[in-house]
Amino acid sequence: MLFRGRFLYSTIMAAETRDTGILETSINRWKDKPGNLLMILKEIQEALGYIPRDYALTISEHTEQPLARVYEAVTFYSYFDLEKPGKVRIAVCTGTTCFLNGAGHILKEFQNQLNIREGDTTGDGQFHLATLRCIGCCGIAPAVMIGKKVYGHMTPSRVSTLIHEWRNNGL
Amino acid sequence: MASNGYVCRVFCCTGTSCSSSGCGEVYTALNEAVQAHNLQSTVAVVPTGCMGLCSRGPLIKVEIENRPPVLYQHVSPLIARLIVVEHIMTVLRETGKSTFTLPEFLSSCSVALDMPFFTLQKQVVLSDSDHINPEKIEDYIGIGGYSALEKALASLTGEDVIRIIRRSGLRGRGGGGFPTALKWESAGNTESREKYVICNADEGDPGAYMDRSILESNPHRVLEGLILAGFAVGAASGFFHIRAEYPLAAQRVEQAILQAHEKGFLGKSILGSDFSFTCDIRVGAGAFVSGEETALIASVEGRRGMPVNRPPFPSERGLWGSPTCINNVETLANVPLILGKGEDWFQSFGNEEAPGTKVFALSGKIKNRGLIEVPMGTPIRTILETMGDGTSSGKKIKAVQIGGLAGGLIPENQFDLPMSYASFQQTDSSIGSGGLIVLDEDDSVVELTRFYTEFAVSESCGKCAPCRIGTSQMLHYLDRILEGEGTMEDIQQLKRISQALQQASLCGLGRSAPNPFLSSYTYFHEEYTSLLKERNLRDD
Repeated sequence: MLFRGRFLYSTIMAAETRDTGILETSINRWKDKPGNLLMILKEIQEALGYIPRDYALTISEHTEQPLARVYEAVTFYSYFDLEKPGKVRIAVCTGTTCFLNGAGHILKEFQNQLNIREGDTTGDGQFHLATLRCIGCCGIAPAVMIGKKVYGHMTPSRVSTLIHEWRNNGL
Repeated sequence: MASNGYVCRVFCCTGTSCSSSGCGEVYTALNEAVQAHNLQSTVAVVPTGCMGLCSRGPLIKVEIENRPPVLYQHVSPLIARLIVVEHIMTVLRETGKSTFTLPEFLSSCSVALDMPFFTLQKQVVLSDSDHINPEKIEDYIGIGGYSALEKALASLTGEDVIRIIRRSGLRGRGGGGFPTALKWESAGNTESREKYVICNADEGDPGAYMDRSILESNPHRVLEGLILAGFAVGAASGFFHIRAEYPLAAQRVEQAILQAHEKGFLGKSILGSDFSFTCDIRVGAGAFVSGEETALIASVEGRRGMPVNRPPFPSERGLWGSPTCINNVETLANVPLILGKGEDWFQSFGNEEAPGTKVFALSGKIKNRGLIEVPMGTPIRTILETMGDGTSSGKKIKAVQIGGLAGGLIPENQFDLPMSYASFQQTDSSIGSGGLIVLDEDDSVVELTRFYTEFAVSESCGKCAPCRIGTSQMLHYLDRILEGEGTMEDIQQLKRISQALQQASLCGLGRSAPNPFLSSYTYFHEEYTSLLKERNLRDD
């Protein structure tokens, strides 16, 4: 949705499927603004869940900088991924407060239930398991972010229910 | 906010914490109930920012004319509907009666507003967070918002603004505690055609979320602060550097910028003056080191966020080579208040060395988890034991980790220390940005140190050798100790590496990486030695 020529964050966040138009829109929006690389990458990451190689090439051409500069940024920031993730990203917060309140047990339970390690995707491509450092929900620690939704006061016993819920409704 | 003819107003927290606890459904339920009972003209449902007691969300506050306000915790859509019927409608029906007792099932969901968590606070930056709709500029203007900007543009020069900030004694709230006016002066005095101001909202310290909450609750106050900073140093454009992990904060700031443009607080010739200022957002993409000023500039420029040597300082040569002034969210939020109410008002809080207030994020093994704002100089014990109400586990508080990586561990026997910059320097730690993580007797400080060190390893940008190699080496020795293979020599080695890191690292990340080890070893060395392999042979 265009709003006075500017894009609202919420609408970018809502986009889920790979939309080839997003690259063009994003480049056009940011092309003439200084410091545009991270903003374009962020919009691609949010729309697709990763930065495909052909996209990185196009970005490098249109922003007139070597491909190495693009990858330099992509690989430096933890927000960007190079590989296509599972449909739903499960991110266990391992910030200090969540760590103290048992984030380790929550992570282990997700690993056991999904039978994958941190950073991997399930064989059916449904779930991707990741950790992240502090989403600022320390008041309700331990917290887990599934898709864009945050679950607070997590316990290992809630893990299977959540996986079940997302498998049935969230995909 | 003016009551606009409403007899009753229901404030519903819509911050990130309460959202994840389900405030969206509660807000919908409240609106539906108000409509179902035809109360639209008397009852207003207002979505607001953070109310502070995040661990008990979703929170809603009911204010009815001439009645004391009631705060409800853990509100479900069902309870929300019951509040409308059993509390609001009953009171509205019985306007003649002077007293009203909440029915048992509702009073059990209410929070006593006279508990120390609330009464000992002095809300300056957080004031009005629970009363205004953060997505409406009219609400902010209604509480006197943008009047400081109007005043400055009409009757003050940039130097005047800097002079007022200097006299107020405001110091950077991001961790360093550097006097804000000095920073502004330096950028203001550097001759340049282009100058920039940046709001640093790259709050990367795990356990700290003050800045996120301020941006979500009152984005206009920070924006007004940034515009005033631009006016003071003579910059024509500003940036918000916000973590990508904070989508709601970014969304609200973006909306605030659009609204401020419409009202003429941003753009060309603001409010008819000859001052022009534009503002934009750049996101940080998840790198702790980007909080460092030179790394943050690289990130705003869209590059790999690695720090460079200082000098030159950003105030001389920063963003795209121009003088740049970088201030933290909380610092900027103080600015319009100081200009509006005067430096004497600001100095009436806190102490001489550090006037004003500080927002802290209280978390870990503490009963009342959430955000609090207290005058500078408040003793740690008051915050943890009185306001926080002790541990959630009922056990004794062992220590508090303050200020994340850059701070340190404060043991229980030093809790009478006042929260101020000078007193913390004595303990080799710092207030940091304001995260307070409480440990109880069950928590192992060695494991916590390992946690922080692992964090430093993963966040080290790798540019300078002391940090890149030193942090990994520290992790290696800590792992040995935790596995029961450690010796006294390993501890000596940890101390040597710590010293090297502190002296030779390029930026604050490397210099502060050994803090968790050093402070925990100073106060809890017996926890380390009890894990050593040779503990039976030696008596350290």
